[in-house]
Amino acid sequence: MKKIRCALIGSGNIGTDLIYKIQRSTVLEPVWMVGIDPESEGLARAREMGLKTTAAGVDGLLPHVLDDNIQIAFDATSAYVHAENSRKLNALGVMMIDLTPAAIGPLCVPPVNLREHAEKVEMNVNMISCAGQATIPIVNAVSRVQSVGYGEIVASLASKSIGPGTRANLDEFTYTTSNAIEIVGGARKGKALAIINPAEPPMMMRNTISCLTDEEPDEPRIIESVLAMIKEVQKYVPGYRLVNGPLFDGKRVTVFMEVAGLGDYLPKYAGNLDIMTAAATRTAEMFAEEILAGTIQLKPVEVAA
Amino acid sequence: MSQNDLNVSNLKGRKVTVHDMCLRDGMHAKREQMSIEQMVKIATALDEAGVPYIQVTHGAGLGGNSLQHGFAPHSNEEYLTAVCSAVKRTKVSVLLLPGLGTMRELQSAYDCGARSVHVATHCTEADTSPQHIAFARKLGMDSTGFLMMAHLNTPEGLAQQGKLMESYGAQTVYITDSAGYMLPADVKARVSALRDVLKAETEIGFHGHHNMGMGIANSIAAIEAGASRIDASVGGLGAGAGNTPLEAFVAVCERMGIETGCDLFKLMDMAEDIIFPLMDHIVRVDRSSLTLGFAGVYSTFLLHANRASQRFGIPARDILVELGRKKMIGGQEDMIIDTAMTMAKERGLLKDATAGVAP
Repeated sequence: MKKIRCALIGSGNIGTDLIYKIQRSTVLEPVWMVGIDPESEGLARAREMGLKTTAAGVDGLLPHVLDDNIQIAFDATSAYVHAENSRKLNALGVMMIDLTPAAIGPLCVPPVNLREHAEKVEMNVNMISCAGQATIPIVNAVSRVQSVGYGEIVASLASKSIGPGTRANLDEFTYTTSNAIEIVGGARKGKALAIINPAEPPMMMRNTISCLTDEEPDEPRIIESVLAMIKEVQKYVPGYRLVNGPLFDGKRVTVFMEVAGLGDYLPKYAGNLDIMTAAATRTAEMFAEEILAGTIQLKPVEVAA
Repeated sequence: MSQNDLNVSNLKGRKVTVHDMCLRDGMHAKREQMSIEQMVKIATALDEAGVPYIQVTHGAGLGGNSLQHGFAPHSNEEYLTAVCSAVKRTKVSVLLLPGLGTMRELQSAYDCGARSVHVATHCTEADTSPQHIAFARKLGMDSTGFLMMAHLNTPEGLAQQGKLMESYGAQTVYITDSAGYMLPADVKARVSALRDVLKAETEIGFHGHHNMGMGIANSIAAIEAGASRIDASVGGLGAGAGNTPLEAFVAVCERMGIETGCDLFKLMDMAEDIIFPLMDHIVRVDRSSLTLGFAGVYSTFLLHANRASQRFGIPARDILVELGRKKMIGGQEDMIIDTAMTMAKERGLLKDATAGVAP
């Protein structure tokens, strides 16, 4: 069966984990890995796994895009270089999946709004943040039952799973995730809190999602909606698990989740990274299925003057 | 030679900058419910008593207003504006925990008159603070790196973390005993390790909690090892068994010849006349706060654990010990309810909320 050929930009943990997930896909094929350090472990591993590599950044990939028929690129670099990467690749008709907090394209949480983005043939979609992927489905599960004035999420992450980029730019994580709780989650006001816990052995990613509903919560319908949403997420993240709740306290609804990763490249406790790569892969697959079926067609994005 | 002379000998003439925590850590003890009037009254009294720095924010700092940490009746900006315009000499500081507070909020606090900041991370995660410390310096604020739950890292580890914060621009690095777990030898080893690696002009601070009754002894140990900044609060108003009680600390300093510049009698009067009457519960070493210190659990967890205990029928001490076992750190208050619910299920006190619903 024909597959859509992909490039991975950024040879760190996320990029490497993506290789495993994309290789398993029936509609995606990882072809290029782009890094900036010729000595990097990520590039060496990518070569071992059969990918073509360049250490010259995105510019090292551009001359090969058309010949190698690259149609989808995943960007796991940083918010600061993403815009430039996206502009260059969009101009060649490559669709971008943005795993940085840059968020220049629409925000995507697969079970909530992926289909909508695919139908519009968005050429750049943003995956928000790990905490966003782990919590926004639950906020949405409540807000689709009744209006939510305030949604707040607390993500506890194992220290070992947080790379230097996220550490140096925690505010971007906070802003992007808070904004997405509103735009995708459906809460009128959103707030995101991140806690990095160094416990050994590393703790599994935990997320607590709280929503304040405008009216008294309709408990049975909210429970049903939350459980249905968890099943949707489990389709691409099997380790997405309800630990406690929904707990009802006046108009406050609280859900306690745990995310275990698949343990591909990253250890199982790094459910935060796994849910990002899994959501990004799921997003690419949806676009790939539509491209292969001929229902959508990617077109080069003209550079604005 | 009298006993008193012995005490005076080695620290006589040392200058220590005290930093009052009533209007920040004390917010925890008030479940974040302090009025603007109370804040202004306390700040004015601290100013008149010559306290050089006072911290003013929600207990969890900038961005603290949340379901996780409780909502105060006013925004940080409202408190800061009121306090900054009421004080004459004292400098007002704020707390910022990266991951909760942001640079936007720091800018806003600065605009309200705050001129000093504790940028706080867990004791192993200093590298989540570079942008905030650098931004504080850019604003010209007195900038501190604040290593919380410091008992969970070794002296050598803390020295490395402190060095990182110094490299980001921190002018002071704090050893923060958030759990009130440390004993004087622990404090000395940690402060000494920092002193060995930090630049001579970088100050070292100590922030204690009184959960094991060691707040003052630990602060003195820190000074002996080279610390020159001490956090404390009048009447000990703070999380857990409270912070190092400021008036008692200043009294000890006077006896030892350590110079704080504070008026001891005014602080004593203030504790008696203003702070004690506004306490919702007596802030002291009791069963729960001692458990925090003994188990090494974040002091702020205390009132949350008491509430979870009432709701789910699990003794607060059991919850706190379990949180300590699971190595939960500051900011993970959500895990208190979660842990209580899991324990209640195991003990047959709680049915799964979803048990009665068809999936």
